[in-house]
Amino acid sequence: MNPDLLLLADGRFPAGGHSWSAGVEAAVGVGDVVDTATLERYLAGRLATTGIVDAAFAVAACAAVARSRAVSGDDLVETLGRLDDEYDARVPSPHLRATSRRLGRHLLRAARPIWPGPALDAAAARADGGHQSIVLGAVVANADARPTDAAALAMHHLAAAVTTAAVRLLGLDPIELAAVASRAVRAAGPDASTVSAWAQLAAHDLPAMGGSLSEILGEHHRHLDARLFVA
Amino acid sequence: MPPHDIPRDLFHNEPAPRTAGVDRPLRVGVGGPVGSGKTTLVGSLCRLLRDETSMVVVTNDIFTSEDANALREAGVLPIERIEAVETGCCPHTAIRDDIAANLDAVERLEQRHDPVELTLVESGGDNLTAIFSRGLVDVQIFVIDTAGGDDVPRKGGPGVALADLLVINKVDLAPYVGSDVESMLSDAADRRGGRPVVPTSLVDAAGATPIAEWLRRELVRWTHRP
Repeated sequence: MNPDLLLLADGRFPAGGHSWSAGVEAAVGVGDVVDTATLERYLAGRLATTGIVDAAFAVAACAAVARSRAVSGDDLVETLGRLDDEYDARVPSPHLRATSRRLGRHLLRAARPIWPGPALDAAAARADGGHQSIVLGAVVANADARPTDAAALAMHHLAAAVTTAAVRLLGLDPIELAAVASRAVRAAGPDASTVSAWAQLAAHDLPAMGGSLSEILGEHHRHLDARLFVA
Repeated sequence: MPPHDIPRDLFHNEPAPRTAGVDRPLRVGVGGPVGSGKTTLVGSLCRLLRDETSMVVVTNDIFTSEDANALREAGVLPIERIEAVETGCCPHTAIRDDIAANLDAVERLEQRHDPVELTLVESGGDNLTAIFSRGLVDVQIFVIDTAGGDDVPRKGGPGVALADLLVINKVDLAPYVGSDVESMLSDAADRRGGRPVVPTSLVDAAGATPIAEWLRRELVRWTHRP
């Protein structure tokens, strides 16, 4: 096992993850999530939609960085820029797009001293920083890990954000939710052949399966009073 | 060794050395338990220092539109110089273990309002074990109050023991809540190895004058650091 991946998977890694509820705060606010059963349903929905999109973009970024090392003259800034545009197009909520870039900046800040290199400069090329999933893919590549690792980390980050937020906001049982996270991530995949396919796809062909409810709740959250999470 | 007996030389309370070619504002943390007067202190410091110093404020206090309106109406600082950061229900994590969101807000405010001389970071109300990371602030103020119980300085903890300035607020309430200010001051002195302690009543902005004075000296020290 690549020990660097343990750092990236650890909730204590200082990349701002603790302030992101992946929509759970808004979902609790409107009564969609009230207990462990509704939380598990919410998590399954997110993993199957935004989770798959994030995993696919992390895979694509990781593969793009690996390719740019093999091919001289490959313009990584341009490649990651195309991924960035396509990711933007998949997230209609301006608040969720801004949050994704904010989390991308946080991850870059923590990752740069450990895995420096031109890939992270390319991932940071946009004015407000890269999207979190694209930065994650570039970081995983810099840590000499594989696209499957990028996909697994993206799904793990989402499941951890959802379950941790539910523990904090509703006082649900953390032991029960650890089991929920494990079950949900296993069920949602993706398998190795899907990951290989994502690694080869052009940016515009990557999955586009965001859920409209996630986006509406994201916009709703921005206007919540006394919110505790960034989104 | 009990957890609160932290060796006095654990932190060197000197400003971080200046990085070659990098200059930035003095960053000051304001921490302390819920209701001790952090927000009031930050507001008073803005009133006392805003005409002589370019300031920005990051608050981790749970921010409501009422708070924003109150700040706007009170006019302590232009609202665009204040930013709220959500801490995911863990105020101590946001100032100590994972400072990413706060550091991001601090740097962006400082860039947007360049040149900034003083950045205040107000922690969300927390317990006595909270302390700011040296990666986020250069110096820190810890605010406790007489109504929270006069045994707090005796209990110690990193904030009480190690903050660069300890503020004991609401001394005007001490007789009504049965707190002994003198014993709080002497307990605090025992805990702090000579670091300063200031008793205050922040009913009006003038109550924060000794803290503004302390900040002015810290600003001079920061500007002339080696």
